[in-house]
Amino acid sequence: MTSATTAGLTQRPRLATVWLDGCSGCHMSLLDLDARLFELVSLCDVVYGPLVDTKRVPEEIDLTLVEGAVSSDHDWHLVIELRARSKLLVAFGDCAVTGNVPSMRNVVPLSAIYQRVFPAAAAIGGDCPTVGVPRLLDRVLPVHQVVSVDLFLPGCPPAAEAIYQVLLDVLAQRAPEPLKLTRFGA
Amino acid sequence: MPSDELVALKTKAEQRNRANRICVCTAASCQSVGADRVHKAFEAEVNKSQREEQVEVRAVGCMGLCSAGPLVRIENDETAVLYRNVTEQDASALAQSIGRAPVERLICPTDVPFFTRQHKIVLANCGQIHPERIEDYVAVGGYEALYRAITEMTPGEVLADVKASGLRGRGGAGYPTGLKWQTVAKSPDPVKYVVCNADEGDPGAFMDRSVLESDPHRVLEGMAIAAYAVGANLGYVYVRAEYPLAISRLRLAIRQAKAANLLGQNVAGTRFEFSVDIRLGAGAFVCGEETALLLSIEGRRGQPRPRPPYPAERGLFGRATLINNVETYANIATIVDRGGASYASIGTERSKGTKVFALAGQVKNTGLIEVPMGISLREIVEDMGGGVPAGGRIKAVQTGGPSGGCIPNEHLDMPVDYDSLQQVGSIMGSGGMIVMDESSNMVEVARYFMEFSMSESCGKCVPCRVGTYQMHQILSRMLSGCAGPGDLSMLEELTRAVGETSLCGLGQSAPNPIKSTLRYYRSEYEEALRKSRPSMPLAEEGVR
Amino acid sequence: MTSPTRVVTLRIDDREVSAREDETILQVARDNEIFIPTLCCLEGLSTWGACRLCLVEVSGSNKLLAACATRVAQDLEVKTNTPRILAYRRTILELLFSERNHVCSVCVANGECELQNLAQRCGVDHIRVSYRYPELSLDLSNDLFRLDPNRCILCTRCVRVCDEIEGAHTWDVMGRGIDCQVITDLKAPWGESKSCTSCGKCVHVCPTGALSQRGTAIAEVHHHRDFLPYLTQMRGERD
Repeated sequence: MTSATTAGLTQRPRLATVWLDGCSGCHMSLLDLDARLFELVSLCDVVYGPLVDTKRVPEEIDLTLVEGAVSSDHDWHLVIELRARSKLLVAFGDCAVTGNVPSMRNVVPLSAIYQRVFPAAAAIGGDCPTVGVPRLLDRVLPVHQVVSVDLFLPGCPPAAEAIYQVLLDVLAQRAPEPLKLTRFGA
Repeated sequence: MPSDELVALKTKAEQRNRANRICVCTAASCQSVGADRVHKAFEAEVNKSQREEQVEVRAVGCMGLCSAGPLVRIENDETAVLYRNVTEQDASALAQSIGRAPVERLICPTDVPFFTRQHKIVLANCGQIHPERIEDYVAVGGYEALYRAITEMTPGEVLADVKASGLRGRGGAGYPTGLKWQTVAKSPDPVKYVVCNADEGDPGAFMDRSVLESDPHRVLEGMAIAAYAVGANLGYVYVRAEYPLAISRLRLAIRQAKAANLLGQNVAGTRFEFSVDIRLGAGAFVCGEETALLLSIEGRRGQPRPRPPYPAERGLFGRATLINNVETYANIATIVDRGGASYASIGTERSKGTKVFALAGQVKNTGLIEVPMGISLREIVEDMGGGVPAGGRIKAVQTGGPSGGCIPNEHLDMPVDYDSLQQVGSIMGSGGMIVMDESSNMVEVARYFMEFSMSESCGKCVPCRVGTYQMHQILSRMLSGCAGPGDLSMLEELTRAVGETSLCGLGQSAPNPIKSTLRYYRSEYEEALRKSRPSMPLAEEGVR
Repeated sequence: MTSPTRVVTLRIDDREVSAREDETILQVARDNEIFIPTLCCLEGLSTWGACRLCLVEVSGSNKLLAACATRVAQDLEVKTNTPRILAYRRTILELLFSERNHVCSVCVANGECELQNLAQRCGVDHIRVSYRYPELSLDLSNDLFRLDPNRCILCTRCVRVCDEIEGAHTWDVMGRGIDCQVITDLKAPWGESKSCTSCGKCVHVCPTGALSQRGTAIAEVHHHRDFLPYLTQMRGERD
């Protein structure tokens, strides 16, 4: 692993998680830590993300887990902000690592997707919404094509065991070996 | 004791001989600017003045200075005057000038470095003889080397001469020709083939085309001598289909040589037998790679295969095969004629003889030249080429096409030979030489060649198939200002990976244009990177 | 000219091993359980030498050599795991992932894919080059099998098994460079192929999810590779 992964964390590390374009399965897998979640929160504070009720990205973060690919202007700006404020940033799960399922739209022109999704969906009036929703990028990107990533944790989703081991390693400032525990599509 | 066949052909040529000759270049380059019409105009002119007995209008091959075409040389046994940019309208004035003062306004001076620094072996007959007349070739000593080889020399002696000549493969890689021949000669295979690679494909290179268009018999003679030396009876010339004139002239030459008993069974009354056939390439650059070329001759998909076994051991149809390039074969008759040692006296310690270059790009004089190995690059591009047309500074010289590299101005004084070119990060290649002035953007140059390699990759091995695509992507991003910070190091990593892991020489050398421009013009890459701003690839608003 | 095959000794990764002189470095390495990754190579088919994953360093050669296409020799020193080789393996795998649309999570071969396995084993945890996202359509015209070119790595195992073992030569490669594709007959839909015998050998040798049985869903493909060495052996004995 890069030396960045074992860079000094604060005494009480601050953990953020974020859910970009993905199914939230990686977060579900994180919750699958079950009882070990208590162990995790004894080692760090969860300061931002879908699991906690924080509206703003904190100034200082030790470790950010990014679930999902970068698909919209919202994802783009958020991941850049998180990167700037995080000591370590982890591409968490296949969507973040490879683009995975969200990126399957990259082979189809976006106009065709709009055509298929909105006019066909009469329940929302058949119009393509433009107000109050993020603008899509014309191509879904894996996180490392937008910001630098310190650690890649593939898997769809990574198993709870893999998440646990890797987080323990990172928090203990040991070099984690994710590919011993997980892989693309795992 | 010359053979009856050769004597008969010589007599035929002599009977055709006239006191004055109007030689019109009809190679492809001059043809493209109307040489055929000029040729017809001269014929009409001579016909009109009823001087057919005194003046011969001769269609000849390439005279070299393509940028001044159509070229016409009016000569008798004492003098010769070269005229440039000749049009049909000039024919009358020029034809009437025979026996009188030359037409000053059209004169192309031949006492300039472009002509005087040349040393012609391969191109000796180009622009002199009629390429469609075997008797013209024989009249200047053609097929004598073959006759002497098969009647007076053992195959071993021919081999020894080629080895002594120090000739190295002119297709680009520079493998010692004698060694290659010896390997095939030593093969116990009862069936062997001789193959001529005329699948010239580098952008800007037209040496082989010119030789085939201007002097096809020289190549056939070289192949026949090779066949005798290695013990083959059948040969193939693999020519790209984009060279229709070269193909038709080669076809004709083969027919003529067969009719004159210089190819076929019992060549010139001896027991030596050698036939040549033509195979056309369908436009795939990779078929210039020897293993792909051989598969293509067999009628299969032209794709390289791992070597060894080398073609010398197992080549065409699984048989021992000698494969050389057009220019290599074109040197052979002279080597046998004058002896290997004489040939070896030209050139440098490790690069013997001469090399034909197709000079192109930002120089005044573009065209075909043949120079002794070891000549400095500056002599070629500044003295012979005349430097940049507008008088600017030469920035770089590109040799070796998509497998070669860019040599910067500060290295112009280096000698042109296989090893020196390699040392500065380029290769001899087949002979393309493109001059660039200060207006050239080297990242753009690298992308141009990478685009070529990418679209010509056969697709068999992963590093070349995908690696060339990815390198091209990165270069395009740099040029369009959207490269990322990691792109330069990724590009460098890909150049190493593709260079070291590709299956054949084309893939292995595909990164060379990037490597050499990175070596000498790294700042241009860094500049492109500095100007780059990865921007958010937003989709169009409200696509409906 | 048959002389008895000699036995030679050589070193692979500083281990002394012995081999028949007509064996390749790859065969000997596998006999000795020394890992060399491959994708195009398959025992029972002719050597292709195109995936370049099996490149090794060999004493006396400054070029890297394909272990599948290089014969052993007495006293050869072979290295299979130098930093240079490990790095190139990763790069080649990354190039393959970038070339087509390999979405492991929804692939029929998830869990049985040689590309996926090698990525994990060789340390590919992300793809540094940009993805190509080519637009490729599936061939679902055959009643028994399907072709998903999104997962194809152009190893040509299907082409070779069809030609060399089945003798049908239904498969071949079309196009050049990055546009290469495997096709049936002269790009007729597979279901309309006149030469295909529906033997399914191509499906079983496919290293990825490019060729699969119809009716299989995500992670349901099972390759039966054992038929190939068996067939080759039985046919060899018959000769």
